[in-house]
Amino acid sequence: MKGLKLEDVKSLPGPDDIGRSVLSNGITLLSRSNFNSPSVVMSGYFNAGSIFDPPDKLGLAYYTAVSLMRGTANRSFHQIYDALETVGAGLGFSASTLTGAFSGRSLTEDLPLILSLLAECLQYPIFPSEEIERLRAQFMTGLAIRAQDTAAMSALKFDELIFRDHPFARPEDGYTETIAAITATDLGDYHRRHYGPNGMVLVLVGAISHPDAVDMVNKALGDWTNPDQEPLPPIAAVKPLPNPLRDHIALPGKKQTDLIMGVLGPKRASKDYFAASLGNSVLGQFGMMGRIGDVVREQAGLAYHASTSLNAGIETGTWEVTAGVNPKNLERAIDLIYSELNRFIQEPVTAEELADSKSNYIGRLPLSMESNAGVAASLINLERFQLGLDYYRRYPSLVNAVTLEEVLETARAYIHPETMIVVSSGPKLINRRKSK
Amino acid sequence: MPENCDVLESVLPNGLSIRLKEIHTAPIISHWVWYQVGSRNEIPGKTGLSHWVEHMQFKGTPQFPASSLDKAISREGGVWNAFTYLDWTTYFETMPSDKIDLGMRLEVDRMCNSLFDPAEVEAERTVIISEREGGENEPLFKLSEAIQTTSFDSHPYRNEIIGELADLHSITRDDLYDHYRKHYSPKNALVCMAGDFEAKEMLHRLEDLYSDVPSGKASKSRIKQESPLGEERRITINGHGETTYLLIAYRAPSASSADFFTFSVLDSLLCGPSSLNMFGGGGISNKTSTLYQKLVDTGIATGISGGLQATIDPFLYEITATIHPDRTVEEVLAVIDQEIEKLQSLEVDEKEIRRAIKQARALFAYGSENITNQAFWLGYAEMFATYDWFQNYLGNLEKTTPKDIRKLAGSYLDSRHRVVGSYLPGNGKGAK
Repeated sequence: MKGLKLEDVKSLPGPDDIGRSVLSNGITLLSRSNFNSPSVVMSGYFNAGSIFDPPDKLGLAYYTAVSLMRGTANRSFHQIYDALETVGAGLGFSASTLTGAFSGRSLTEDLPLILSLLAECLQYPIFPSEEIERLRAQFMTGLAIRAQDTAAMSALKFDELIFRDHPFARPEDGYTETIAAITATDLGDYHRRHYGPNGMVLVLVGAISHPDAVDMVNKALGDWTNPDQEPLPPIAAVKPLPNPLRDHIALPGKKQTDLIMGVLGPKRASKDYFAASLGNSVLGQFGMMGRIGDVVREQAGLAYHASTSLNAGIETGTWEVTAGVNPKNLERAIDLIYSELNRFIQEPVTAEELADSKSNYIGRLPLSMESNAGVAASLINLERFQLGLDYYRRYPSLVNAVTLEEVLETARAYIHPETMIVVSSGPKLINRRKSK
Repeated sequence: MPENCDVLESVLPNGLSIRLKEIHTAPIISHWVWYQVGSRNEIPGKTGLSHWVEHMQFKGTPQFPASSLDKAISREGGVWNAFTYLDWTTYFETMPSDKIDLGMRLEVDRMCNSLFDPAEVEAERTVIISEREGGENEPLFKLSEAIQTTSFDSHPYRNEIIGELADLHSITRDDLYDHYRKHYSPKNALVCMAGDFEAKEMLHRLEDLYSDVPSGKASKSRIKQESPLGEERRITINGHGETTYLLIAYRAPSASSADFFTFSVLDSLLCGPSSLNMFGGGGISNKTSTLYQKLVDTGIATGISGGLQATIDPFLYEITATIHPDRTVEEVLAVIDQEIEKLQSLEVDEKEIRRAIKQARALFAYGSENITNQAFWLGYAEMFATYDWFQNYLGNLEKTTPKDIRKLAGSYLDSRHRVVGSYLPGNGKGAK
């Protein structure tokens, strides 16, 4: 398959059916109508991520975001959730390194309600101390569960090792001692300095027209200003690693070891992105988890899951192999993965492999947008990475333009087995070998 | 939506049931094949057979060798997967409309022609053991498995779907192949499709594909029922970590019982609304549910959830609590008991029931956005009742009265019929 049929391409979001407006206070609103179901999905982000967290109060941005719904100037925690749950609607906040985020959904008739709650939580949270302490206990429990989760612990250590002194190295949900150090005053201060309409993006997808969406959002958030809102600091590129690193986090009582092997990857706006993404598909995604899945799971039977991921964002990302293996098979799995990575950078993928992945990328596009939530995620991507409203219509040609040589060159530019980070978490290692 | 009745239903001469629903909102089709076989069709010593057979169904036929199957679907931009449950096993492909024929040819082929190559069986043995070991890393998997085993003495619902480790080591290729031949046939299968097609045309295509497949037999559907427990059972799992969990399991009604709908409302009031959507449903939070307010808002627990499963035979209603580090299992249990006693002695406000129904209606609306989910709905209810169960679901919820809830709580939430399980961290030493 070389591409989608013309009518299928037209069914994808494009400039003729995506509404985009910038409100006078700087909020960017994108919407796309779908009147097939009487519901609306809301999604968005704003410039209040953990990048602003002081090191001794890591988790502050996340704590602030989750606290927004714990009480506002107008409503208590219980009243907020009573309003939402009574109509079967949902609303939630979270934070990552660069941004705070929100998502919600409701029946169309209840959209004004979730927009007004969104506006209230963003502008007028009061951080009641009793609620803040309750949340702290929940976070501490979450961190205790994380400390026993082999996949989470290897991911945490991997980020620490690969990003080192960069903000991406730090977990947005913090550590027990940094969560313990955060006060209600810290939450209020963080909110005052970093919450505001500048840089905020809001997406609505569902049974609503763009003009109605603009009216409703203007009514809810059009008056919001914050002259004290601090701009996002420049994000430095991550420095490449000079040496390989190998670490293991021993967790007693575990039956399986979670493994991550990885390197730095391209950012989303990089010219290398499509070649790296298609190469990643061949390596550890296509079919039953690509070449890595074929070798580690299908042929050797060493793992239930073994795949690769390319995590490209605003700045330097990662290119990772992950697997869950029986502890006694760990070294064998690592060897097999190294051998596949070496093959991947030594010889080009086959024309058939590349054609298969291209065909998959183009063919699956309509599937990824079968729900309002899928379309909303796509619109967020358009705006976050400034891809252009016609991006999904151009997507087949962008994919088809990638050559075998570009995939190989990109693989060689990023995948350096000699400086790879290898982290595992599971039972204590026996007869551990020296680092490669 | 369940109110829509525009489903073409048919049964072929060989017994294959078919449900087709046209949805022309996107150029895709979702195709599901359901089999009436799951862990309830297994015997001691052979647990995990149904799930392992599901894995082997991805290992090739003469026409579609193992290495080509995934690639064939992925190449066309499709997604596919399979699930094994207590009562059923299901396979699906969602693909661009003009490519779905590949998924249909693949399913009819693997209904009869899967190879079960001995070398593939051995490779998959370690993959499944690895899948189980991944589960065993989780405290709640261990607790839930122990609860299930303790809740039933003989009914196969006592077994984890993935199977016992000893059985996963001893099951042979012939065990798997016999299970496959016994349960995979038109008479025991249901094909459901939703999406961008013309229903009559699609029915003809299915007739062409399946007309020569021998009928086979329906799986044995009646299994000796087990009486509710005569007295409460308690279990404790000691393990690592710092987090204490409490899991309480009551015997629940079967999905076809009228009590099931009342129970769904009761669960919604007690622990928050649950969704019948498998894809794209989205959740509704449970922060105004009774137990969240009494346990989490008061700082006794940090999380609470309820779980009611739609099953052929009576299974379990489970309440799971994550205990606050400074509080105890006994404190949480006392609060739960107190709230259940209220449900047994007082009638809830009619408004609360209306609220639970509005939540269920919203969850249906969210699920109907997604074509894969709509195709899932077509088959799901047929596995333990009929499609009518699904169409009448909201209507049946609406019949619930405060009196019904009180009566139900009195009979099903009797503490004598339950199992109370705790996971104590620090290998039991540090636990309160």
